[in-house]
Amino acid sequence: MIEQWPILSIIIFLPLFGAFLIFISEDDSYIARRKIRNVAFLTTLVVFILSLVLWVNFDNKDAGFQMQENMNWLAAGISYHIGVDGISLLFIVLSAFLIPFCILASWKSVTEQFKEYMIAFLILETMLIGVFCALNALLFYIFFEASLIPIFIIIGVWGGGNRVYASLKFFLYTLLGSLLMLIAIMAMYWEVGSLDIPTLLNYPFSCYMQNWLWLAFFASFSIKTPMWPLHTWLPDAHVEAPTTGSVVLAGILLKLGGYGFLRFSLPMFPIASANFAPLIFVLSAVAIVYTSLVAFCQKDMKRLVAYSSIAHMGYSTMGIFAENIQSIEGAIVQMLSHGIVSSALFLCIGVLYDRVHTREIIAFSGLAKNMPKYATVFFIFTMANIGFPGTSGFLGEFLTAIGVFQGNSFAAIVATSGIIFSAIYSLYLYRRVIFGTIDKENLQALTDLSFREKCILYPMILLTVVFGIYPAPVLNVLHSSVELLVNHCNNATRMVFLRW
Amino acid sequence: MLFYSLIIFLPFVGCLCSFLGTKRIGIFWSELVTCTLMVFVALCSWIAFIHMAFSEVNLLHFPLLHWVSVKNLNFDWEFRIDTLTLVMLVVVNSVSALVHIYSVGYMHHDPDRPRFFSYLSLFTFMMQLLVTSDNCLQMFVGWEGVGLVSYLLIGFWYQRSSANIAAMKAFLVNRISDFCFLIGIFCIFSLFGTFSFDVIFARALSGEFIGNLYFLNQEVIPRDALTIVCLLLFIGAMGKSAQFLFHTWLPDAMEGPTPVSALIHAATMVTAGVFMVARMSPLFALSPTALRTITFIGAITAFFAASVGLVQNDIKRVIAYSTCSQLGYMFAALGVGAYSAAVFHLLTHAFFKALLFLSAGSVIHSVSGEQDIRKMGGLRKYIPTTYCMMLIGTCALTGVGFPETLFGTAGFFSKDFIIEVVFARTHSFAFWLLVISAFLTSFYSWRLIFMTFHGKPRATFHVRESPLVMLIPLGILACGALFSGRIFHSYFLGENYKQFWKGALYNSGENLLEHVPLWVTWVPFFVMIAGFVLAFLFYISFPAIPKFLTYFFPAVYRFLLNSWYFDKLYKLVFVQPTFVLSSFLWKICDVKIIDGFGPNALAGRVLDITKRMTRMQTGYLYHYAFTMLIGIVFFMSWMMIRSFT
Repeated sequence: MIEQWPILSIIIFLPLFGAFLIFISEDDSYIARRKIRNVAFLTTLVVFILSLVLWVNFDNKDAGFQMQENMNWLAAGISYHIGVDGISLLFIVLSAFLIPFCILASWKSVTEQFKEYMIAFLILETMLIGVFCALNALLFYIFFEASLIPIFIIIGVWGGGNRVYASLKFFLYTLLGSLLMLIAIMAMYWEVGSLDIPTLLNYPFSCYMQNWLWLAFFASFSIKTPMWPLHTWLPDAHVEAPTTGSVVLAGILLKLGGYGFLRFSLPMFPIASANFAPLIFVLSAVAIVYTSLVAFCQKDMKRLVAYSSIAHMGYSTMGIFAENIQSIEGAIVQMLSHGIVSSALFLCIGVLYDRVHTREIIAFSGLAKNMPKYATVFFIFTMANIGFPGTSGFLGEFLTAIGVFQGNSFAAIVATSGIIFSAIYSLYLYRRVIFGTIDKENLQALTDLSFREKCILYPMILLTVVFGIYPAPVLNVLHSSVELLVNHCNNATRMVFLRW
Repeated sequence: MLFYSLIIFLPFVGCLCSFLGTKRIGIFWSELVTCTLMVFVALCSWIAFIHMAFSEVNLLHFPLLHWVSVKNLNFDWEFRIDTLTLVMLVVVNSVSALVHIYSVGYMHHDPDRPRFFSYLSLFTFMMQLLVTSDNCLQMFVGWEGVGLVSYLLIGFWYQRSSANIAAMKAFLVNRISDFCFLIGIFCIFSLFGTFSFDVIFARALSGEFIGNLYFLNQEVIPRDALTIVCLLLFIGAMGKSAQFLFHTWLPDAMEGPTPVSALIHAATMVTAGVFMVARMSPLFALSPTALRTITFIGAITAFFAASVGLVQNDIKRVIAYSTCSQLGYMFAALGVGAYSAAVFHLLTHAFFKALLFLSAGSVIHSVSGEQDIRKMGGLRKYIPTTYCMMLIGTCALTGVGFPETLFGTAGFFSKDFIIEVVFARTHSFAFWLLVISAFLTSFYSWRLIFMTFHGKPRATFHVRESPLVMLIPLGILACGALFSGRIFHSYFLGENYKQFWKGALYNSGENLLEHVPLWVTWVPFFVMIAGFVLAFLFYISFPAIPKFLTYFFPAVYRFLLNSWYFDKLYKLVFVQPTFVLSSFLWKICDVKIIDGFGPNALAGRVLDITKRMTRMQTGYLYHYAFTMLIGIVFFMSWMMIRSFT
């Protein structure tokens, strides 16, 4: 029955509809504010439930695209084509999962222009889910770029003191990348005559063309991921963004890069991917060690977690281009896990920011005394962040590293050394903030987690732990699509070697 | 199956009850629940142990939950019960149960004690996960898990900055070795294509390698690959078991409450490395190089830690170095292939070292928290029971017993056997180091006793004997320290070896009890006596001698007191450069180079250009006219030149 419904379109555009409802409602009064947040929360909740319906109806055995919808749009080869496969499904679920929590978390912390904030978030959700559903390169590009606008506004309007610099830097970086991607998409259209992704996947681009196209896409995705040395926008953006902005940024937006690699670079340009894999390995390995080291001496909690995000995404990029099943599944698991764990860490920092209005590490100490529940929650996420076995973080790092190890043991060893560095900065942060004695007046009266905060953080704990101990539901979704991807790449590269 | 599941999971239930339910059930009940569960679990594991020891069953597997399967990479949550597992279960659960009970008395004034008990139970659970695992990955979960709980328990008094730093240090040092362990696991997967112990051992013995190991595009030949795997795993073990170079966290870990030191840093967690090597014995047996390294490191550790123990003044630190040293003995035994001797020493050591620690805790409890033995003295009259227990522990540690007879304490059977077997297997260097260590052990142990309990009181304390709830566990452990060697040595080492182990440990077929010269069996006895006599002379008869020695050999004294300056060295070589590098990478590379030449430069240049452009818009007509004129001239001349050519 569900097959007849355009469920993907509903999931994509329902938030937009919610945004419209909020747009036409009145604002400014207290009651209106309640109404707005209820509408926003309900919309996103329904989207989340629908995404679960999608998951339930997903056929794990089918490696191709499912729930496809195809309508004529601009021209031949540029159609409104959407669908999901094993790789994109989980990202949709992750986005739909995180946004309701963001809405919930911003009930108290956003005080000005609440209505516009909610609208921005709902539009953002549409764009993000759209990116993961799109099966047409132009549609993908539009969603990919349009997602930039709400987050740019969220940072620029509701951000901290230096928000204009941060949002401009963010915009400058991403714009540069996406222009190159647009050129590449145009080049592909002239070459193939279609921008339909399933068509593009099977089109044999020449080696020369692959290299250039790969580089153009790489520019965009590596900035988004972000990979070293194009990462410096991220810490600034995180520090200036409001808590929930950081959650979306770390939780979903960073995954667009990895997803793009999996959807475009790897299957469409397999030979170029094989050529450039050493470059990716070097950049990822440097990212893991370098950003972890930089994280040691950060004074702002958010900046520390932002740098740790870059290191964690380094595993993903390395795993993706190692091109074997374990490493790619590991990379996806790592992205999903990082989506939950780093979001939760940002929410934890937000809990403190709401109370004390600072994020300086030295402004806190001894919180374990008055906030034992918070200390526990924070500890669990810290452990997940350092890849403690039994949490989702370990699974991602482990699968990635063991996958990479079979191809390039040296890169895997360097990457694995990240578990030492992450332990250093995470435990340092935890010790300074949670342990010790309370030495400041304003920390004496801090209250523990409220009911709303528990509602946000506890499900995330559950998810992190269950995912770490019993990941089969997630991995089963991935197997056939990833296997197809890997076989596709291997065949393409083998063909080339045969021709030589 | 249910029976074993109960043993493994009940501590976790206790942990949850105590951690989450204290508000509802109260502190008293949460203590009662965790302690009762632990005692029950300990009794169950004894039953399981005895059952297994006298039955024909040699190995039980039971799967619990599917974990990960990605193409050829498969591993489950699965338990494995064999004799080695059961020995560990008995050790872990017995000591844990006794420590739980003891803590009721020791921690009774701490308002946070539900958290303490929940951590203790969680630790027991993790340790069981480690020892019952059927594959490397699950073992790694338990391995990191015990490290985590150790971190939590060392930093239990989180208000104390020193405790937090010690906890972090312990975690990080362990993490470095865990990193090597993990790489070792990767190598195992590359070589054998599985994580399951049985399959690994079968493939290793038959030389059937699924894949090869590559490093920087160089293929590693299988024999070297095995050595690399073993060495990596051994580095993992070194961290957990505080072996030489990785030992620095153990003395600092004494910041934690004393019951924790007894349970984690003496009896169980630190022996996980020994357990791991024993579990992997079929793999290690194939790599003589790795085994030689293990013996070497073990003997060095034994000597190093004993030498440092000579001059320490903190009662817990003395015992901590002693633990370190005894772990060195175990590794020396592992390295010569006497796996059962190592496990036997692990068992006896768990009893007497837990006894020593808990007695030390009882002393500390009696003198209201003082730990410096220079401020104690003459305590034997005030706390006679504790004194008695400590004496038994010391006798067991130093190995009091008569060679060629069966009269002796636990340490006599296990430690002297290790010394003999190391001699028999031709490691003369290791043998002499171990003998010297035995002498040092005897000396510092008796020094501790004499300084704490004998002589005149050097400070005034309000001394009172500890409550019964603390003394009863001591009594039980004392029985273990006295008799466990006598009872079990025929099973672990002697005539019942084969029926007892049933293939749980690798056995090369050689007899463990090789013939050794008579003098070798007597050497440990004599050095033990010598250590006692020397300590007696130094600290009872002529107390001026130690002062005299410190005065005339200050360099040696400081060298030992600072434990060979390892902490300072590491700080200089690793810690400080890391932070310098970190701030360099951030302040220079990120901010100055990447941002400076990247986005900021771009934005800056755009700004410069637009500023110049605005400067051009002067508003004067003659400026514009002049520009136009230049343009026209340029254009005309270009046309002319083009028409020429």
